Amino acid sequence: MIVDPVTLIVALITISTPVLLAALGELVVEKSGVLNLGVEGMMIMGAVCGFVTANEVHGYATLHEIVWLDRLAPTLAFLAGMAGAAVLSLIFAFLTQFLMSNQVATGLALTLFGLGLAALIGVGYEGQPIPEVAKPLPAALREIPVVGPILFSHDFVTYLAIFAVFAIWYVLRHTRIGLVLRAVGESHDAAHALGYKVVRIRVVAILFGGAMAGLGGAFLSVVYVENWVQGMTAGAGWIALALVVFAAWKPGRVLFGAWLFGGIAALQLRLQAAEVGVPVALLDASPYLVTIIVLVVMSSNRARAALNAPAALGKTFHASG
Amino acid sequence: MTAPLLDLRGLTKAYPGVIANDDVSFAIQPGEVHALLGENGAGKSTLVKMIYGLVKPDSGTMALNGTSYTPAEPRAARAQGVAMVFQHFSLFEALTVAENIALGMENPPKPRDLSARISDVSHAYGLPLDPESLVGDLSAGERQRVEIIRCLLQDPKLLIMDEPTSVLTPQEVEILFHTLRKLSAEGTAILYISHKLEEIRALCDAATILRLGKVVGACDPKETSAARMAELMVGKSLAQPARDAADAGEVLLEARGLNLPAASAFGTSLRDIRFEVRAGEILGIGGVAGNGQDELLAVLSGERPTPVGAVWFNGEDLARRTPEARRGLGILSAPEERLGHAAAPDMSLTENAVLTGSARKGLTKNGFIGWGRARAFADEIIERFDVRTPGNHVAARALSGGNLQKFVVGREILQDPVVLVINQPTWGVDASAAADIRQALLDLAQKGAAVIVISQDLDELLEISDRFCALNEGRLSDPRPARGLSMEEIGLMLGGAHGMHEADGTALHEATT
Repeated sequence: MIVDPVTLIVALITISTPVLLAALGELVVEKSGVLNLGVEGMMIMGAVCGFVTANEVHGYATLHEIVWLDRLAPTLAFLAGMAGAAVLSLIFAFLTQFLMSNQVATGLALTLFGLGLAALIGVGYEGQPIPEVAKPLPAALREIPVVGPILFSHDFVTYLAIFAVFAIWYVLRHTRIGLVLRAVGESHDAAHALGYKVVRIRVVAILFGGAMAGLGGAFLSVVYVENWVQGMTAGAGWIALALVVFAAWKPGRVLFGAWLFGGIAALQLRLQAAEVGVPVALLDASPYLVTIIVLVVMSSNRARAALNAPAALGKTFHASG
Repeated sequence: MTAPLLDLRGLTKAYPGVIANDDVSFAIQPGEVHALLGENGAGKSTLVKMIYGLVKPDSGTMALNGTSYTPAEPRAARAQGVAMVFQHFSLFEALTVAENIALGMENPPKPRDLSARISDVSHAYGLPLDPESLVGDLSAGERQRVEIIRCLLQDPKLLIMDEPTSVLTPQEVEILFHTLRKLSAEGTAILYISHKLEEIRALCDAATILRLGKVVGACDPKETSAARMAELMVGKSLAQPARDAADAGEVLLEARGLNLPAASAFGTSLRDIRFEVRAGEILGIGGVAGNGQDELLAVLSGERPTPVGAVWFNGEDLARRTPEARRGLGILSAPEERLGHAAAPDMSLTENAVLTGSARKGLTKNGFIGWGRARAFADEIIERFDVRTPGNHVAARALSGGNLQKFVVGREILQDPVVLVINQPTWGVDASAAADIRQALLDLAQKGAAVIVISQDLDELLEISDRFCALNEGRLSDPRPARGLSMEEIGLMLGGAHGMHEADGTALHEATT
């Protein structure tokens, strides 16, 4: 057998984590009525900030032989990744919410800016050492056959991402904060007339989306690849954007879409290694193709998908008396 | 006399270039239904926004129950017992009734308790409503109930209602008035804004009249005639639209069993629509918004693809004619949504005039726009329809709603249409301008054009149309002669147009002979 199903499932869950985190963040942003196309740029900022932090803290801790600091390095790296991407998203928030710039153009610019800035920050860090990220659950659990690797072998951030699916679903569906957020995304004029702070709510949502994309990027560089490579997100941010739309703004479907994408990505790597007779380029492209085809089919009922779409998505809000 | 509930003294609010409210003073007593009258731009909206805390006055004071009242935001106004039902509904279509109501409350109870309270209040005031249904699926009247119940759940002392009846059927208006009288009897004061003077005479205890931002008078509406109140509002007496009787000519536009599926989740499907309009005739189509009016206009104008064999002009199937081709034939239309549909918001009035006028007014030649002729055409519209604007270079967005309405209606009328389809011709236009627009429509028919007027204003339709039919859930009732129709009959047509279609199958035949 060329592919072992257990390792495949473990790999797909790991591979899908960055996309899942970024897509969940973008889902919240879009539910508030803002379209931020800068996910790719925010992810790569998270990746570079996370990696640089991990490397620097590791270097300092090794030099001064501070063991606890070395252990703390990955956590600091994740926080730095979130912060870096959130700062980048703050630029987007300022431009679109206060200077009323066009969200599509600003988002695209944010991606280009993020890619360039990340490349600049990351000069000289390629191939530098970072500390290994410890697994949160005890080794004994991991050694249970089949169930152990699938359920208990993951990183803390992966568990956090799956928890976030349920948390975001619950908050959007059942809490007042979620209701107000959806209301702002549905009709900013009506929300404003009722006295809700449209701009403030949207800025917070944009920052949240930035932090989630940054965490995804940091996971990619610090945990999954364990290296910094220029342009390493390779379109993951765009996949996250597409997932949100095709998942009809439902967190559960975002999880499904992310796993589907991760599954095909993990599978095609194994097929490449097994040297099956399919061109490598086609295998490389397959996760993107399959994810989009499946999600298009899932959301083929246009009227129902539109029902869940935030009605004010991408529209600029001018507060008027 | 008891102390007033709300006392306004010397309220002034200026915007760049215009004083919206100038030294406005009046008082509202507890339990009083107080009418605020005035034309478009008289400053009614600005005034209620100040009371509701959306706008801060430049000067002047407000007192609620004898203590100073300065709401910084709507939340503060609601906390002190001032609630408002908006003219353009402040509802969220994709959310449920209960969620919409929770959003308008300061401390909403748990969802289950809230649903129970919604049911209680809605039954107590005769406003049936299901808390779990999506607002997007509700009719305009039901949506308004959502807003009213949202206000009532907070036990308001003062309820502000901005043009509440403009979207309701006569029966729904009766239900609303019943609710308001009950509220008033319980001690809630109501500030009631409307253009419809007969309604104010039926409902209100006192009236304050605004003109150009100033209080120009107060009266007891039960003692004052509608004509007198209109004079106070406008500052001059109004001419009633009139025309000579004319015989209808040959059939110009005909719908033969027009079916069209809805374009979106909240749209309406058109079902087996049949009518014909003759030269020199005005066909009035009544009905509450959202029953297929927009769809009907879109299919007649060519904006949505027309099914083959469904719409005929002078014996020719229009299915393959694009909107521009139809304009060339003389089939013109003016949709309801003036900003973004009838006019491009950021383009100048001249450019907007070119957008629909190029074919019939010869404004383009070999693909080039003749700007001189275009400006002349725009100026003609501005002058003939009294559009108040600094000039033809002004962006459509900068005009007030009523002024832009005059512009888009005038633009079509001045192109000498053979068939004119017009949706809500006088929506948001003040009384004297509305009279002018109606007169222009009558003159157009007099000259031999066929006119279809779609409107929610039944008085308007009865005043100008020759035949009347009702659009309900995408079905059109059989047209009946408008003269002599009573409000009760119309209410029945609006409520169950399709029921009558089956029971009264000969009416169409009779009307055409």
